[in-house]
Amino acid sequence: MDYISLYNNEKVCRKDIPTLDYLNFLELNTGLLSGQPQRHCVNFFGFEEGEKVILICCIADDLTHKILVSSTVVVKKTEYPSLTAVNHNFENFEREIHESLTIEYSDHPWLKPYRKIEDYPFLKPGSEELHEVGVGPIHAGIIEPGHFRFICNGEQIMHLEISLGYQHRGVEDLMRHKDGILEKATLAEGIAGDTVVGHTSAFSNLWESLCGFERKPYLDFTRTLAMELERVAVHTGDLSALCGDIGYQLGSAVYGRLRTPIVNFMQEWCGNRLSKGLIRPAKVNYPFTDKLAERLREALNAYEADFNEMSSKLASLPSALSRFEKTGVVTLDVMSEIGAVGMAARASGLKRDIRESHPFNLYGKTINHEPLLKRHGDVYSRVQIRREEIRQTLAYIREMLDNIPDFEKPSDIQVCPEADSFVISLTEGWRGEISHCALTDKDGKLVKYKIKDPSLHNWMALAQAVRNNEISDFPVCNKSFNLSYCGHDL
Amino acid sequence: MVSLILILITSLFFMGVVVKTKSLCSGRKGPGLFQPMWDIFRLWKKSSVFSKETSFIFRISPIIYISSVLTAILMIPHGGIPGVISFDGDFVMFAYLLACGRFMAIISALDTGSSFEGMGASREALFSLFAEPAFFVLMGSLALFTGHTSFHDLFSTLHYEDNISYMLGALATFVFVMIAMIENSRMPVDDPKTHLELTMIHEVMILDNSGFNLGTILYTTNLKFAMYGAIISNFFIGALPLSVSIPLFFAVQFCFAVSAGIIESFMARFRMSHNPQFILILTSVSMLIFFGVLMVKGVFI
Repeated sequence: MDYISLYNNEKVCRKDIPTLDYLNFLELNTGLLSGQPQRHCVNFFGFEEGEKVILICCIADDLTHKILVSSTVVVKKTEYPSLTAVNHNFENFEREIHESLTIEYSDHPWLKPYRKIEDYPFLKPGSEELHEVGVGPIHAGIIEPGHFRFICNGEQIMHLEISLGYQHRGVEDLMRHKDGILEKATLAEGIAGDTVVGHTSAFSNLWESLCGFERKPYLDFTRTLAMELERVAVHTGDLSALCGDIGYQLGSAVYGRLRTPIVNFMQEWCGNRLSKGLIRPAKVNYPFTDKLAERLREALNAYEADFNEMSSKLASLPSALSRFEKTGVVTLDVMSEIGAVGMAARASGLKRDIRESHPFNLYGKTINHEPLLKRHGDVYSRVQIRREEIRQTLAYIREMLDNIPDFEKPSDIQVCPEADSFVISLTEGWRGEISHCALTDKDGKLVKYKIKDPSLHNWMALAQAVRNNEISDFPVCNKSFNLSYCGHDL
Repeated sequence: MVSLILILITSLFFMGVVVKTKSLCSGRKGPGLFQPMWDIFRLWKKSSVFSKETSFIFRISPIIYISSVLTAILMIPHGGIPGVISFDGDFVMFAYLLACGRFMAIISALDTGSSFEGMGASREALFSLFAEPAFFVLMGSLALFTGHTSFHDLFSTLHYEDNISYMLGALATFVFVMIAMIENSRMPVDDPKTHLELTMIHEVMILDNSGFNLGTILYTTNLKFAMYGAIISNFFIGALPLSVSIPLFFAVQFCFAVSAGIIESFMARFRMSHNPQFILILTSVSMLIFFGVLMVKGVFI
C-alpha cells in the first residue's frame, strides 16, 4: 500500500504512514482524486525535520468514510513539479508550502504569496476600456482586513483577485510552543471567532485521540449540541446580514433579533455568547442541566415560530428574490475543481458534509445526518441551504434534548500525547469542514500542528462567483459565503 | 414666501419622520423626530478635512449644491400664493437649477480621484438622466391641461372636474413621489443605509466630505425632500384659504415621509441593472398623463 487509510480521529503511529519518493507521491495523490468526485484534499502540509522537509497529504474519501494519508521527503530550495498543475484542489496548500518552507515549484500556475503582504503583481486589465477597483484592507463595515482587486467593465466584474494575510498571528506555531492544555484550547477558540465550537471541538477531539483518552458520552453531547447551536446562531445572523445587503430592512431586523436568544442561551450555559470556555479536552466545566434543557426548549419554540414566518415572507418577496436569484452562480464543476467544502459546496450540489462522510461525536450515532443539497449554486441557494439547515438542526437539537447524558464533575486529568503519533480530526462547523492535524515526536511533544479552516478553499469559490456579476452585487455574494479572514490567515 | 417658510420648517423634521417610520416598522423605538437635524447641526459645528488630491471644485461644490436647491425652492408656489420668483416657463429653470447642483456634486466626486466615487457619479448621472423625461412630460402635460407655463399659474388653475382629471392628479402624485425618491437616492433605487461603497449611489459620492460640507449636503437632501413634498401638496391645495391649506400642506408632507419610510422598510433595493428600466416606467406613466390630458381636452375622440 502506498497510503494508510484512517478514520476520523484515529491515532496511528508515524512510522505507519508510508513515505514515497516525490514523483510517486505526486502520482498517487493526483491519481486518487482524478475522476473521483467523492474525494478531496482535506489537508496537505509540510514541516522541517533536520535538513529535510516532510510533506503529508490527507485525502478524504466520503464513501468509505476513510482518510487516505501518504507522505514524502523533499529538500528545501529545490524545484519540484507541482500537484496543482494536475489538480487545482492542491492550489492553496502548495502556495503555503512554497511560502513557509521555500519549496520551489516548476509548474505551479499561480505562486502568489499566501499570507505575506508583499508586492506581488495583481492581474492587469490590459485594456483601456476596463478599470480597476481596489477595496480594503480597511473596510467601511466591521469586517476583517483583506484586499479585493476587481477588474471591471463598467458595472460588470470581469475578474476578482483576493489578497489575504493581514490577520496572520502564527496560531500553528503557538499551538506547538504553548505547553498548557488551557493555553492550547484558548488558542483554538481564537482561530476564527465565529466558529469557536467548530475549531475547539476539532482540537479537543484530536487531543483526546492523541492522548488515548476515551471520550465520555457527555463530552460528545456537549460538543454536538454546541456545534448545532452555533450553526443556528450564525446562519440566522447571516440571513440577517444578507437581507441587510439587499436593503431589506424587515428581514435584517427580524433575523437579527432571532439570533440573540440563541447566543444568549450560550451565555446562560457557559457564560459566553460565543461559547468560549465551554469546550475543553477531556472535561466540561459547565454541565448541561435539565433546567437548561427546559430553557432551551422554550427558546427554540419561540424562535421557530418567528423564523418560519419570516422565512416564508422572504421566500415570497419579489424584490428580494430578484436580488438573490441568479446572482453569484458557482457551478458544480467549478466547486469540485477547487475542492470547495461545506454549506457553499452543498448549495451547488456538491455533497460534502463531514457529519455524514466522516462522523464524529454524536453524528452517526444519535444523529443520522442526511446532508441537504441545492442545485443552482446562486446566492438564493445559499440562502435556502441556511434556512433548511436551521430547520434540520432544530430537529436534531430536540432529539438530543430527549437524551441528556449524565455529567461528571470536571477534574484536571493530566493527559499526555503519546509518542510518534499522527491524528487527523475533522469536524463540520457551520461554514464547512474544519481539519486539524497533529504529529508528535519521540518524547510526545508536538512536531507540527496543522489547522485548516473551510475558508481556505472557499475564497476561490467567491472569486469565481462574482465573475460577470454587477459590482454592486459583490457584497451580497460575499456575505452569502461569509468566509473567515483570520481562519485563512491563522 | 409662504411656501419657502413652510418648506424650511418641513425640512427640519422630514427625515426624522422617515427614520421614525422605519424604526417603528422594524420593531424599534427609534430616535426623536429632530435627531437627523441635530446630527446635521453637530456636523455644521465641525470643520472639514480635505484630501490633498482635491481641488477648489471639491470645496465649493456643497455650497453650490445647496444654493441651487434653495433657488429652485424660491419658484415653488403655495396654492394661490406665488413663489418668490415666478415667470412663464419657470419649471424649466427649476429642473436645470437642480441639474446644475447635481452636476457640481458629480464633478466634485470625480475630483477626489477615488474609484468608488467615480462609480457613484456615473450611476447618479445615468439615473437622473432617465428621470428627466418623466418630469418634463408630466409638467408639459399639466401646462397643456391648464394652458399656463409657470408653477404658480399652473397649480392655481388646476381644477379637477371629472374622473379623468382625478386620475391625472393621482398619477402625477405617484410620478413626483418616485422622482423624489430617485433624486434623493432613496429606496428602491438606492439604499442609504448600506455600509458598502460598491452598492451605493449618492452616499459613495460624498464619502470624502466631512464636517460642515457633509452637513450641508445632508441638509440639502432634507430640503429636496421637502421641496418635492411641497410640489405634491400643490396638487391638492388649489385655491383653498391659508387656514386650511397650511395644515393640508403638512399632512401631505407627513404622508409622503411615512410612505417613504414604509417603502424602505418592506422591500429590497432593486438590482442596479434594473434601475434604468424602473425609472423609464415613470416616463411611460407621464405619457399616460399626457394622453389623459389630450382626452380631457377633447383632442382625442
